[in-house]
Amino acid sequence: MAPDLRVRLGTTELPNPIMTASGCASSGRELAQFIDVSKIGAIVTKSVMLAPRAGRPTPRMAETSSGMLNSIGLQGPGIDAFLQRDLPWLLSRGARTVASIAGSTVDEYAELAARLSDAAGITAIEVNISCPNVEHRGQVFACDPVDAAAVVEAVRARARHDLPVFAKLSPDVTDIVAIARSCVSAGADGLSMINTLLGMAIDTDTLRPALAGLTGGLSGPAIRPIAVRCIYQVRAALPDVPIIGMGGVMTGRDALELLLAGASMIAVGTAIFHDPSACARILRELDDELLKSGVRRVTEVIGAAHDIRGAVGLRREH
Amino acid sequence: MTAGEHEAETGPMQVRGTVLTVRQVDAYHAITIVAPGIAARFKPGQFVAVAVGGPDTSMLLRRAFSIHDVRPDHGGTVEFVFSAGGRGTRWLAERRARDTLDLTGPLGRPFPVPRDPVSCLLVGGGYGSAALFALADRLRERRCSVDFLLGAASGDKVFGALTARRTSRSATITTVDGSLGVRGIVTDMLGQVIHEARTDVIYACGPMPMLRQVTALARRYDIPVQVAVEEAMACGVGVCMTCVLPVVGSDGITRMVRSCVDGPVFRGEQVRWDEVGTIPFDAFGAPGWEPKVRRGADQGARPPGSPRQPAAASAADRSDRPARPGGSRDSAKRPGHGT
Repeated sequence: MAPDLRVRLGTTELPNPIMTASGCASSGRELAQFIDVSKIGAIVTKSVMLAPRAGRPTPRMAETSSGMLNSIGLQGPGIDAFLQRDLPWLLSRGARTVASIAGSTVDEYAELAARLSDAAGITAIEVNISCPNVEHRGQVFACDPVDAAAVVEAVRARARHDLPVFAKLSPDVTDIVAIARSCVSAGADGLSMINTLLGMAIDTDTLRPALAGLTGGLSGPAIRPIAVRCIYQVRAALPDVPIIGMGGVMTGRDALELLLAGASMIAVGTAIFHDPSACARILRELDDELLKSGVRRVTEVIGAAHDIRGAVGLRREH
Repeated sequence: MTAGEHEAETGPMQVRGTVLTVRQVDAYHAITIVAPGIAARFKPGQFVAVAVGGPDTSMLLRRAFSIHDVRPDHGGTVEFVFSAGGRGTRWLAERRARDTLDLTGPLGRPFPVPRDPVSCLLVGGGYGSAALFALADRLRERRCSVDFLLGAASGDKVFGALTARRTSRSATITTVDGSLGVRGIVTDMLGQVIHEARTDVIYACGPMPMLRQVTALARRYDIPVQVAVEEAMACGVGVCMTCVLPVVGSDGITRMVRSCVDGPVFRGEQVRWDEVGTIPFDAFGAPGWEPKVRRGADQGARPPGSPRQPAAASAADRSDRPARPGGSRDSAKRPGHGT
């Protein structure tokens, strides 16, 4: 029997736990050429800011072993264009939309939350407080528990009460559990983890940094073990807080690994660059993995790696 | 405008294509793949993005290649030309008949073709010329006359010299080492060819410094020029935002546009060549950039001394730097096309 893949995100029931990761699917239109955007759990948009933003200079990308560095710098047309153009399109296609927001100040985040709350059709807000491609390290709110809490509190205060607010965390911290606790205390309904890690590559032909922005965010399967560790630690400390897990998921089996660590939803990022239909494929593969293991509901495996009985309950044939 | 809305007829497809042949052509490789849908939808100037390294590859980014040719045999084949200079392209060069490749295409905005039978000059640098031969066929169908001007570092790196000579009204070749044609670079000969061919429109594909110079010369002669740019790409389909360059729109506003979906073909004079590799200070959304119409009073609510000020200052410092670290040398090596 086909496993039941439905998961809850706030008041919304998602048909399955597979989403796009913010910044890897724009606002869904381009991917609609390759997949049915209404068939995956949700589209998480590229982070929306108040004003249009041109981003960082090129080169913005460098391939690394099993990963890539990017320094896009949050290029985007701003909230007005998102509300006028992208959101209506997503709704017309029947996609569930998680709006990712980013700002330079606490007030900007709060205003974005208010603007999105006035618009119909948003399923949740993901607060990107962890983009590494900003001018000042001090702007990475997710590196400090007090700063992170300030943003989450302001967003929670201005967001419609029925809109779940997820805080997106950076793995570039000493104690991610402390940041997670701080965000949850400030009112976060859930957590998204992990954002990219700050990295750097040097071109040995030009003898110069490979990225114009010098540093960039490292993503891809190279960082998956870090994602698994972060999700596992936070799930152990805060077992009731829903987690959107992301970090190098390329296959259904990778998605299952993050679910077992404690994520209840899975976002697919860099894999989309490699394969524009990755979300649909990973969904199919996850379905197969669960079927093979005799799992009837995907919710049964969430955090199962923490539970000795749960782990035994999964019979896997090799 | 948005490809997503026309996906059924003309949009790109993702296919698993079977390799028909891989052959060495002088300094390059040409690979032919059975990809029926892509072949049927192709228009000259468009490209494919290919996954490299097989299953579980450590190379995550697709490689983008201009389509050189499509043929109806086997239900439709596409051919592209590449230089096996990096890990991904070496892997491609090792493919054999009956291997399969995951490719998306046809991608990007094709070359616009003139309505009238005019005199067209096609300028190619290195294997950039590969993109021009399907265009030449299309132009000849429209009864345009076609002249070629091809150049490279050496004779073995001029792609398609023979075909150009055989099929077009004239073909001028330049090489830096003088091993084929005239010693020099294509722009040394551009003026002369324009005069002799009475060129009405120029099409160019090749390294960015060449496109920049071709555009400058075309402007001097007041000839419209269409260029296909080579920018490093990660996805090829418009989601990654890595392949952007500053382009002036018809409204006079400069935007950082994606060369994969808004290009790769642009009108030469629309590209701000001097600022490629930077964010021009007046670009849409650049630090300190303000919309002409302010959106209500909430902007004024930002407390003075909020992080917006230092952010703008530091970005201004950055734009004083030279356009590309390492100068023009690194423009010969573009991950999207070469590694």
